[in-house]
Amino acid sequence: MAADTGDDHSFGRISRSKDVAFEYLTLAATLVGIVALGILFVYVTRDAVGWLDWQFLTSPPHPDPYEAGFYPALVGSIFLMIVIALVTFPLGVGAAVYLEEYAGDGPVERFVRINIANLAGVPSVVYGLLGLGLFVTLLDIGYGTLLVAGFTVSLLVLPIVIISAREAIRAVPDSRRQASYGMGATKWQTIRNVVLPEALPGIMTGTILALGRAIGETAPLIMIGAPTTVFGVPNSLFSKISAMPMQIYTWASYPDTAFQYGVVAAASVTLLVVLLSINSAAILVRNRYQ
Amino acid sequence: MVREPTSGGGRGVSRRGFLAVAGAGATAGLSGCLGSNPIAAVGGDPREVAIAGSSTVFPVAEAIAAAFDEERSDVTVSISQTGSGGGFSNFFCPGMTDLNNASREISEGEIEQCGDNGITPIEFTVATDALTVVVNPEADWIDCLTVDELREIWRADGAQRWSDVREEWPDEEFEFYGADTTSGTFDYFVEAVIGEDANHRSNYYATERDRTIVQGVQGNRHAIGYFGFSFYSENPDSIKAVAIDAGDGCVSPSLETAMNGEYTPLARPLFTYAAQQSLAEPEVRDFVRFFIERAATDIVSEVGYVPITEEVRDENLQRLEEAVAEVTG
Amino acid sequence: MSGLELGHDSARSMRGRVVRVVFAVCAAVSILTTAAILLTLLADAVEFFSAVSPIEFFTGTRWTPTNEPVSFGVLPLVTGTLVITFGSALIALPIGLLTAIYLSEYASGRARSILKPALEVLAGVPTVIYGYLALVYITPAIDALVPVSTFNALSASIVVGIMIIPMVSSISEDAMSAVPDDLRQASYGLGATKFTVSTSVVVPAALSGIVSSFILALSRAIGETMAVTIAAGQTPRLVDLTDPAGVFLESVQTMTAAMVQLGASDVTGQSIAYKSLFAVGLTLFAITFVMNLLSELVASRYREVYR
Repeated sequence: MAADTGDDHSFGRISRSKDVAFEYLTLAATLVGIVALGILFVYVTRDAVGWLDWQFLTSPPHPDPYEAGFYPALVGSIFLMIVIALVTFPLGVGAAVYLEEYAGDGPVERFVRINIANLAGVPSVVYGLLGLGLFVTLLDIGYGTLLVAGFTVSLLVLPIVIISAREAIRAVPDSRRQASYGMGATKWQTIRNVVLPEALPGIMTGTILALGRAIGETAPLIMIGAPTTVFGVPNSLFSKISAMPMQIYTWASYPDTAFQYGVVAAASVTLLVVLLSINSAAILVRNRYQ
Repeated sequence: MVREPTSGGGRGVSRRGFLAVAGAGATAGLSGCLGSNPIAAVGGDPREVAIAGSSTVFPVAEAIAAAFDEERSDVTVSISQTGSGGGFSNFFCPGMTDLNNASREISEGEIEQCGDNGITPIEFTVATDALTVVVNPEADWIDCLTVDELREIWRADGAQRWSDVREEWPDEEFEFYGADTTSGTFDYFVEAVIGEDANHRSNYYATERDRTIVQGVQGNRHAIGYFGFSFYSENPDSIKAVAIDAGDGCVSPSLETAMNGEYTPLARPLFTYAAQQSLAEPEVRDFVRFFIERAATDIVSEVGYVPITEEVRDENLQRLEEAVAEVTG
Repeated sequence: MSGLELGHDSARSMRGRVVRVVFAVCAAVSILTTAAILLTLLADAVEFFSAVSPIEFFTGTRWTPTNEPVSFGVLPLVTGTLVITFGSALIALPIGLLTAIYLSEYASGRARSILKPALEVLAGVPTVIYGYLALVYITPAIDALVPVSTFNALSASIVVGIMIIPMVSSISEDAMSAVPDDLRQASYGLGATKFTVSTSVVVPAALSGIVSSFILALSRAIGETMAVTIAAGQTPRLVDLTDPAGVFLESVQTMTAAMVQLGASDVTGQSIAYKSLFAVGLTLFAITFVMNLLSELVASRYREVYR
């Protein structure tokens, strides 16, 4: 392709039309994935019509598709989000502050940074094994509980929180820090009063987006033995919980086509709507403070 | 990233009372805007029944748990599909679950493992899983198949025409209607008939809708299919069930032969095991009692299995009450 | 007075040190996580390898951990994973690269501000939903054209391909945007068209970033779990290279899908079959870890070039 453009004849009409064609080709490539997913969403939404109703959102699961509900999974996912937020936010911000404000550029720090980038790429099912080995087997704090699920998924999204928090902290202009030091503030005071407030919207956005990732995770929950079906909502950290993606996975394997095309579609749309709300919240936070 | 750590600075405004951990604490507090923590606030007595085990028994357990939930919303029932063995050794015997569903009897090793942890498993039969092989009512040449013939018909690269199985049968191609590979029925058929050395054929109409199989088999004189027994029992006239010879003569599928074990290898009992120690909890007791009572009703046939008889139910209940009496003293 | 000052100062530096330690501990959690992953996997994998030789594991061609005769050859799972990875790469790499070229060279600021978040959505949809979409909508659509089995590698590859497009496009675009404008201007000065500039100047200049994005996307495809578990099925099958088309129309089992199956299956916690879960997990972890590291190394090259 590149060879013929090197010679003189290419500076003409052919080349320009090729240029236009190439632009459309790249545009088409950009749109193809988005359009494909859009079409699939239209299908799933169409199938969810008639199934996604108040009864569905407020009932427990049931083998009869017309009585099946999503309530325990919905509430379970929300509780799970809260636990994950409480774990990852302080840890993630702490790690980011350390890496950006304290750590130098020595081999240890570099190792930590590369390690975090690498952890972000570890398959989620491996985190599931970690949760199984560490929390369920070694620490013996129960299987499939809110606490174990929360910890396991927290470890999974922590690298994402750290990376986005680091970016937010790095974006704080150095002049602000220097001004604070000039006023006689200590490092900790500077971080607390200048850096963190300034970086907060960015950190919040990153954390909320990470929660969006967390809410869709299924494989780790399967590995830690999360129940496929729960009737009722969690009432302690040691309650067995269900979660939306887990319930979808369970239902997707039900042979009844009313589940395949109705109930699972309704559940998928619910999960996508919750996800959309989470991402909108992130965008709101970002726009509000920008 | 390579910013110089400006340590020291000057001294000046010093705020007191900030413990180091307040750094983490304050940031944790910020996430409060994501919602207050409702978990820590609620304590009390979590009334839970934890169930794990076989995915074959799962539909029965789910149906009954759903019915239980309607009556007793104060109790949270959770069911995990871990497989019979995984459920025993990983969850039940270590004392993490109250009930374990099983598509086979508990093994000696598992009883031992449970015993080491002070767990006494109490067995209850909760349903029978039976498969029925069906043909067109006009297929008058066939009444009975041996297990080997059944394997020859359903294995990959197996018989294509009826005459491939027995020479006197019509020289006509089969039309196959079987269970979808997603289903427990499929797994069971493979396990009981096909075995390890061969694969289930892939060129067949795979469906989980029993009605489709019935329609398909009704529509073609040379069709053959299989599905859960309960649907056949509701439609005995529209299609013809084939008796199965596992070496002791032909046995027709019926509620009776399925339960007494004559209809092999296409029938097997399904169990749930309760940890006797868990029966000390009133909600577990109530659930198990409910489970056993409902296992004798249509709830079970609606999910495609054969319900237990009232005799079995009464035996179960008696065993339950004895076990309960022992733990509650 | 001076004593008081001194006490005040040392209290401050004391507090400063404690704060530093607390933050360092937060950062150390990531190291501990890596260590815990390694230890968890190794502990059980070592037990597994004491019963099954690594040679048998890595060169065996049958994966039947729970069926008699038991065999722990991981190759069917590895080749199954490769089929999905290859299939999704065929979709995601060219599309992702072209997308990156459009975003970096052609798109207006406004178009970019709409398209980039839209592309991110592709990576943000939960993979369990992708699996469901593949099973319930894509597979029947394919089946209408070419008969495929209910579970097949093709529809799984399509959804995995879609979900990793943003990974290729965003990292490649970053690399292309980092190419100094001087290079582009110089080519335009020679009369080159945008096409020539994009393909002969920008892409080669951003090559290490692009390669890095490819590796990362492949690594993601290898580790993808739910979509392949739901859509590609559970048939551990050594890939038959003599029939490349058939490979995609049939069910395969990836390493990740095998792990999900074992994790929720009929195996007992102390059995070798159960331990094999960790051996597969370790293999998967090692592969993705090396690929992520490789991607990081390649990427750091382009950062050096244009810094």
